Amino acid sequence: MIETIESVRPLLAIICPASGAILILLSGRRPNLREGWTLLASLLQFSLILSMVPMVLAGKRIECNFFTMFPGIDFGFHVDAFGLLFALTSSSLWVLVSFYSIGYMRTLQEHAQTRYYFCFALAIFGAVGVALSGNLVTMYIFYEILTVSTYPLVAHEQTSEALFAGRKYLAYLLTSGCFLLGAIALTYSIAGTTDFAQGGILTVASATHSVLMILFILFLLGFMKAAYIPFHSWLPTAMVAPTPVSALLHAVAVVKAGVFGIVRTVGYVYGIDMMHELGLGIMLASFAAFTMIVASLFAIAEDNLKRRLAYSTISQLSYIIFGVALLSPMGITGAMIHIPFHGFMKITLFLCAGSILVASGKKNISEMAGIGRAMPITMFAFTVGALGMCGLPPVCGFISKWFLGLGTLQANNLIFLAVILISSLLDVIYFFPIIYTAFFGKWEGTESSLAKGKKIKEAPMFMVIPLSITAIFSIIFCFPNPVTDVILDLVRIAICNLRGG
Amino acid sequence: MISAVEHFPLLIVVLSLFSAFTIFVAGWFEKKSCVFISIATLVTQFILSIMILHHVLTRGPIHYWLGGWQPPWGIEYVMDALNAYVLIVLLFLALVCAIYSKKNIEHELPQKRVSFYTIYQLLITGLCGITVTGDIFNMYVFIEITSLSAYALIAARGKIALKASFTYLILGSIGACFFLLGIGFLYSVTGSLNIHDLSLLLPPLYGNRVVKAAFVFFIVGLSIKMALFPLHTWLPDAHAFAPSEISAMLSGIIIEIATYAFIRVAFSVFTVNFIKLLPIFDILCWVAATAIIIGSILAITQLNLKRMLAYSSVANMGYIMLAVGLSTSATNYPWGGLTPASMHILNHALMKGCLFLVAGAFIYKADLWYIADLRGLGRKMPYTCAAFAIAALSMIGVPPSVGFVSKLYIILASLEAKKIVFVVIILLSSLLNLVYFWRVIETLYMKREEGKEHSSTSSSSKNELPLSMLIPVLTLASLCIIMGILWLTKIPIPILNKVNVMFGLVGRP
Repeated sequence: MIETIESVRPLLAIICPASGAILILLSGRRPNLREGWTLLASLLQFSLILSMVPMVLAGKRIECNFFTMFPGIDFGFHVDAFGLLFALTSSSLWVLVSFYSIGYMRTLQEHAQTRYYFCFALAIFGAVGVALSGNLVTMYIFYEILTVSTYPLVAHEQTSEALFAGRKYLAYLLTSGCFLLGAIALTYSIAGTTDFAQGGILTVASATHSVLMILFILFLLGFMKAAYIPFHSWLPTAMVAPTPVSALLHAVAVVKAGVFGIVRTVGYVYGIDMMHELGLGIMLASFAAFTMIVASLFAIAEDNLKRRLAYSTISQLSYIIFGVALLSPMGITGAMIHIPFHGFMKITLFLCAGSILVASGKKNISEMAGIGRAMPITMFAFTVGALGMCGLPPVCGFISKWFLGLGTLQANNLIFLAVILISSLLDVIYFFPIIYTAFFGKWEGTESSLAKGKKIKEAPMFMVIPLSITAIFSIIFCFPNPVTDVILDLVRIAICNLRGG
Repeated sequence: MISAVEHFPLLIVVLSLFSAFTIFVAGWFEKKSCVFISIATLVTQFILSIMILHHVLTRGPIHYWLGGWQPPWGIEYVMDALNAYVLIVLLFLALVCAIYSKKNIEHELPQKRVSFYTIYQLLITGLCGITVTGDIFNMYVFIEITSLSAYALIAARGKIALKASFTYLILGSIGACFFLLGIGFLYSVTGSLNIHDLSLLLPPLYGNRVVKAAFVFFIVGLSIKMALFPLHTWLPDAHAFAPSEISAMLSGIIIEIATYAFIRVAFSVFTVNFIKLLPIFDILCWVAATAIIIGSILAITQLNLKRMLAYSSVANMGYIMLAVGLSTSATNYPWGGLTPASMHILNHALMKGCLFLVAGAFIYKADLWYIADLRGLGRKMPYTCAAFAIAALSMIGVPPSVGFVSKLYIILASLEAKKIVFVVIILLSSLLNLVYFWRVIETLYMKREEGKEHSSTSSSSKNELPLSMLIPVLTLASLCIIMGILWLTKIPIPILNKVNVMFGLVGRP
């Protein structure tokens, strides 16, 4: 049994973005103060979450319960290693993206910036809430807050295209929320609790196999935020949002909340043993494998950079689902470390796409010929991210793929190993043309942009520094050092918990 | 020793009645005084109702005999947990609407202020009367007082409202006739009109056809009053064309009081044992489920904001009646019995009250009736629109709002009753809610005003409501969140559970 300690730190960590959001709204007329609140809230939240790491590393679980909503369901936070991993990823990247947002929004002179920062803080509130929740009902509350608060960000441009994207976004995600609520209620009526417990809360004896299968499908439909095919199309459409939104929310917070939910369901609601028994693991893994391959194929055909990255995200998210579905320790390790690693790499790529947009106004890959020479730092960071996506050393994507590969071997399934390799190959096929075009493509835009009296150069420092940091971290994670050790330790503890000690 | 509180049930009704006459007289001298008398009365009544609830919770039910006549002969007022709770909800919304009406009525009906508030107080009298009375015929009388004053208030705007009011008058009278027939049937077999007395006399007669017919008459009569689908046809016009505070009262309280009357008749006059003899509640569940779906679909087709809200009320009456229908088959604490139904009575009053008052605010400010005209108001009236967004999100059921809690409780109740189909219906209806409410939110905040492409800042100066209208709207909106969290903490649930214990629906937790 894990030792638990009572602490209000999870609550404080949640309150940071919430009160930040209110302060942002109140100081809407003074931009500097408003952005100050964003930065303050993000830094404070990150340090609070960081301060929980030693306790969790010591093998303890932090609990913070408030009141009982229903018999067996408390409203409360339980911080375990896995939840903390997701919270750390979201909050650390929020700090960087806050700086980036300032550069991005000011350079482009976007409208409705107060709404933007307000909703951004609220979305982080939802995401970190999801990460720290102790049971499904609490998680659902934050999950829905996350969905709703992201809508204004997706529809930010207020053009008819953006409005359409927003509507599509809500239609998909709130529908999925309904499935999730149904699934949670059903779980509660079967198991009498919705706490995340080691080894799961459902048992084979508690309901018939078909009910458990249907319930699992309901859960999958409920976590449509994970953007698996065929329920993925909201994600590329949502790319009309400002780039920092695509970066943090549609590469980390929102989509990972979906994946996080699936991992919670597999590991803590159903339990590894029962997944084996019901044969759900192999089903889920095949499903994820399909997404990994098909999404990559979609990505190859896409010319808009952000949309290509979105398809890449869809594919990479399924790596995480896939790893967990393998139900082998190595596979789950690969899945869990892919959450922070993919977060850092993908955010680098998105931030690069954003700074290209800010510096040159270009959105399509075919227009980016030779841009690497004008924006060396940005494109170098992009290359790092892209190498990581393909799983090449010395970037951290290599490590997660390595573990995933070992996981397939542990699960004795060579077909799945082949899937990983094919998918990596496809990653190479859609990423290398970008790098090639950027660095070696023929510089076409020179005359026209010179004629406009404007030469393309690096984006403002507010933007370049965050993306360099994420790129550097993507490399650092690949080598043994204290930061990587912390992540690996957290994952190891999480897996020990999963298997019941 | 009789404490003073035991006189309050009568006092609440009488206060309101006297204030109606006072307003009428005072209005001759000073028109401005009407609204203040009305508000002062409502504040007093609200305080009294809180004291009644406190008394009921600490010392048990209050029985007040009018004129000292003993119950089977005289009229008795009975306060228990259920009607003490409903009374608070009713007076709270009435108070909020009265405060809101000050500016709005000055603007809309400047010539009719005196008669408006006179009738408004008569309406409150009727509503309080229905709630406090323990006598079935007395309840009928108060239902008629309520309806008559509602007809008059709806017609206040004249023109098309006259037609709406007339439709309501006809259908409402038919409903009242059914109710009266039910009373007559019961009287013919028992010779009693007192609710408690009836519940003692009826059990041996449960097999009697007359008694069964009486029950059906009650159901049909009250279904018209509460606009339960397919008897809702009077409601959309009446809601749409009444002055906005009356729309809020109609939707938030007047049709809900009919659901209260239904609960009272079904569980106090008849009892759980009678209901379990007949499959009537199963049928009720299905009718309510149809109401939820059809009401929502009809709401989607509306272009007029207030009509859309009106159809949403049809759907929400479906929610309440679905919860009532499930009350006999779900018995676990905390979602068993009547808890979800009585919970949604308050929740719907808050949400729909807020939405109608905001719709009224758009009419007050710019005479905007249609959803498509609301472009860009999110900038002009930020607080009002924020209130609308909160209440609309609550209707959709986004946590932690009141709508979410209602939804969750009804889902858990239907799961316990082993009726998965209603879970699906509730979830489907929240998606339909999403469709029609999001259209409004999108128009308010996201759609650009015509001819103002990319005019980002200061294109439209702020044009907020006066404070006396803004405060009621914001109060209701913030209560949508605060009550939602309170329900989740289960602090108010024991009050509702007393009702279940009283009707023998649920054991103690």
